[in-house]
Amino acid sequence: MALAQTIKEKANNALGVNPLDAKITKSYFIVTFLALLIGGYLGLIQGLNRAGVFELPSWLDYYQVLTAHGLLLVLVFSSFFTIGYFYAAMSNTLGGLLPKVRKMVWIGFSMKIVGFVIAVIPLIMGDANVMYTFYPPMAASTWYYVGLVFIVLGVWMAAFGAFIQVANWRKNHKGQHLPILSYFATGVFVLLFFGTLPVAIEVFMIIPWTLGWIETLNSMLARTLFWAFGHTLVNIWYLTAVSAWYVIVPKVIGGRRFSDVLTRVVVMVLVILNITGGFHHQIVDPAISEPVKFMHVFMSLSIGFPSLMTAYAMFAVFERTGRAKGAKGLFGFFKKLPWGDVRFLAPFIAMAAFIPAGAGGIVQTTYQLDQVIHNSLWVVGHFHLTLGMSVALTFFGISYWLIPHISGRVLTKKMNKVGVITTIIWTIGMSTMSIAMHLVGLLGSPRRTSYTTYGDNATALGWDPYLIFLAVGGTFLIVAVTMQAYNAFHLMFLAPKGEEEFPIAEEEENASKTPFWTERWSRIILIMLVVVAMAYVIPLVDFIGDPGSIPWRTW
Amino acid sequence: MHRHEKIWLTLSSLMIIGFLVLAGYQAFALELGPPSHKETIDPQKVDETAPFNEPGVYQTGENEYEVVMIGQVFSFNAGGDELVFPAGSTVTFTMTSKDVVHGFQIAGTNVNTMVMPGYVQKVTQTFDSPGEYLILCNEYCGSGHQLMASTITIE
Repeated sequence: MALAQTIKEKANNALGVNPLDAKITKSYFIVTFLALLIGGYLGLIQGLNRAGVFELPSWLDYYQVLTAHGLLLVLVFSSFFTIGYFYAAMSNTLGGLLPKVRKMVWIGFSMKIVGFVIAVIPLIMGDANVMYTFYPPMAASTWYYVGLVFIVLGVWMAAFGAFIQVANWRKNHKGQHLPILSYFATGVFVLLFFGTLPVAIEVFMIIPWTLGWIETLNSMLARTLFWAFGHTLVNIWYLTAVSAWYVIVPKVIGGRRFSDVLTRVVVMVLVILNITGGFHHQIVDPAISEPVKFMHVFMSLSIGFPSLMTAYAMFAVFERTGRAKGAKGLFGFFKKLPWGDVRFLAPFIAMAAFIPAGAGGIVQTTYQLDQVIHNSLWVVGHFHLTLGMSVALTFFGISYWLIPHISGRVLTKKMNKVGVITTIIWTIGMSTMSIAMHLVGLLGSPRRTSYTTYGDNATALGWDPYLIFLAVGGTFLIVAVTMQAYNAFHLMFLAPKGEEEFPIAEEEENASKTPFWTERWSRIILIMLVVVAMAYVIPLVDFIGDPGSIPWRTW
Repeated sequence: MHRHEKIWLTLSSLMIIGFLVLAGYQAFALELGPPSHKETIDPQKVDETAPFNEPGVYQTGENEYEVVMIGQVFSFNAGGDELVFPAGSTVTFTMTSKDVVHGFQIAGTNVNTMVMPGYVQKVTQTFDSPGEYLILCNEYCGSGHQLMASTITIE
């Protein structure tokens, strides 16, 4: 078996990408970039409306557009990219996918598409204007939740496929460390499974409630279960981006990875701490006592620690690589970085954006500061920096080599240049928009609200000069969205044939041996569950027996 | 581990602990914690349950007021009372929702909380500067969410 595996790996390396595996990632990426395109245009509609320059036609509701925008970009764009990317990584680093695993990820693909269609139909009909957070007692058509169940089940299929793939590799490579990208993949799929469990429980309570089988549902219970999932999800997309920062970017700039031990510890810490981080969404909620909230402030803040480790690691790699290329002086290494290479530029801007984005996150998780900006446009500005810049730009950067790699094509000089321009336009648009959102949020302008002056209220009118930048930024962004989607499809179907590298950086020279406890996933998961229990048992148990609400349709 | 890395990670830890200590000190020593009132109410019987059976403004002391207010689509119901207070007043808002989740924010202040059906929330604020303050709902609550607002006048 081990011999057969080795032969298969060698054959795989010699033959390049397995076409069956490539097809999986290609299909996932087609959905990814279609979602980006449609979700992007829906975003533009909102930006224009919110700036007060565009009135929606009567058949289109602002909140319907917003729900679709959130669903397409937070759920579809990111999950399809993450799964497509990590399956390509596993195929590449674990010697090709097992036939069984391939079948599972295809079933997952179909379930997610079916689920998405089931959820989108009521949304288009106007029966599900409940946002991506669907807080009960607001109740959408039952079909909306049924669709979400299928999406979650599809994600689970992809997660279990990954677990089988990794377990099989470990069985055949006893005593070896999982290749680093597959290590990231394991962390991501563990989180995807455990992070979607709470929302699955929530939806299984909502469905019988919307059908009238149970009369009432507790609003706080549902909300708490949602945020145990909601924030984990966005942190998963962040962890996916981080994998490229640690593993891909060093190779692109011609260097080596930062410490393997530290990289794996960062993954472990993020897996352990992520699920509990979501609670800071509830800092100003009733029914949760201050000490419990304070414990959650601690848990959310501690997620900052691995990110600060990452910040150090990234700049250390830049400096080392620059100096190896002969850079002089304190910051001379910056000049040695390949600024004209989109595979570097896009993820670099993504990392740089995470500095203010992370700081903004710390504001949101800190008690009194959160009270100032909770549910204001500040929050929207924050997640357009984290997801719209740190995550999306990293994903775009990956697409410029991964799509040609799996399509048997190359990234030409010209396409690279188009990519650089796309990245710059995106950066201008997103920065303009999110800076304006942060500022106007500080003044009190609420999120998730269509254009309003609250009856020409002076305070609200004072926000208008900032809101206009939402339209300006959105206009830049839509140009970049269109270009990025075009670039992705061009690289998949039209670029010249050839071989594009899957850039995986090697470990640093004279690295110390990575201790084997980093491979003990059962222990990592156990610690994670203990932390989750510490965080959630008290508040959830506290809600038992509290009064529930009947379903409401308020649109 | 490199010496610079050790310094960086030590500073990182100290910074995070520093944030925590400051937030904790403000919350528990200065009592600036976020609104966290714990009290339940049957959301289907808000109109019959005291004090929400008589929403409105009540004077509770010298320069102290309580506003009993119901969040409902798409308005803040304080029983039709005008929210007008003299400068320097301390106002406690006692709120619940009789339908979906609402937000309660007073622009230009630190008052910002969720109004959840099934629960009573209380927030207290002292208004020192005269002027008109905008109250708005900052949680999406339906098709008229952008209209859900009110004002407080401080004289």
